Amino acid sequence: MTYYTVSFYLFAAIILLSAYFVVTTKNVIYAAFNLLLTFFGVAGFYALLGADFIAIVQLIVYVGGILILLLFGVMLTNKITDTEIKTGAFQVLPASIIVGMFSGVLIASMTNNRWIVSANTPVAADTLRTIGNILMNQYILIFEVLGVLLLIALIGAASIARK
Amino acid sequence: MQEIGIAHFLIVSSLLFSFGLYGVVTRKNAIMVLMGLELILNAANINFITFAKFNGNVGFGQVAALFVIVLAAAESAIALAIVLNIYKNFNQVNVDEIDKLRD
Repeated sequence: MTYYTVSFYLFAAIILLSAYFVVTTKNVIYAAFNLLLTFFGVAGFYALLGADFIAIVQLIVYVGGILILLLFGVMLTNKITDTEIKTGAFQVLPASIIVGMFSGVLIASMTNNRWIVSANTPVAADTLRTIGNILMNQYILIFEVLGVLLLIALIGAASIARK
Repeated sequence: MQEIGIAHFLIVSSLLFSFGLYGVVTRKNAIMVLMGLELILNAANINFITFAKFNGNVGFGQVAALFVIVLAAAESAIALAIVLNIYKNFNQVNVDEIDKLRD
């Protein structure tokens, strides 16, 4: 039982429990706050896998941005004067059967496959330098296109929500 | 106890994906459907980072995960704007009752 093992199981429990509550709870606000826990757990996974920069980006973008956006959506689309902010579910039984079968197939294919694992899996000394080099060399076009896409999304969201 | 390997991370991401799929197909509220979508994107991102680490070629998988995060941000901004418009027109956001393109 190393610290690595303990933290892996801790983060896995956080992710799976909070994700379960996100998709089953009736209260939209509870779901949003459980989503916060899920994002924290996933950030912990990234840190365990040696992706420190991605973990920080996950915290900033998901927790600081997307989750706040979702909470704004909850606040603006429910009548706050109503005491209950609740939502229902439908087709629960067929959905659970099919999703259960699907997850069984997915897990079987993930575990039975013999992945080609590199013998030495080094933890990169500074991932930020590696990512920056790749972004500015091989993937420069995608990087620029993503910048334009974010601008278009900003303008589009503003113009859709205004009218 | 077994050492934590590539399969452990992949199993957790598979389960997270399944939870997200379940949320997308069963929830009524459009915002809850969006939350399921975020779970699915996170599961995909865990896979990217896991393969990046165990492949020994750290950079490329992490850059792909970065791109997924950017696309998720853009997607949720646009989706929230659309949901707000739906709420303005229908006074509700239940996806099973919104079935009119126009009055």
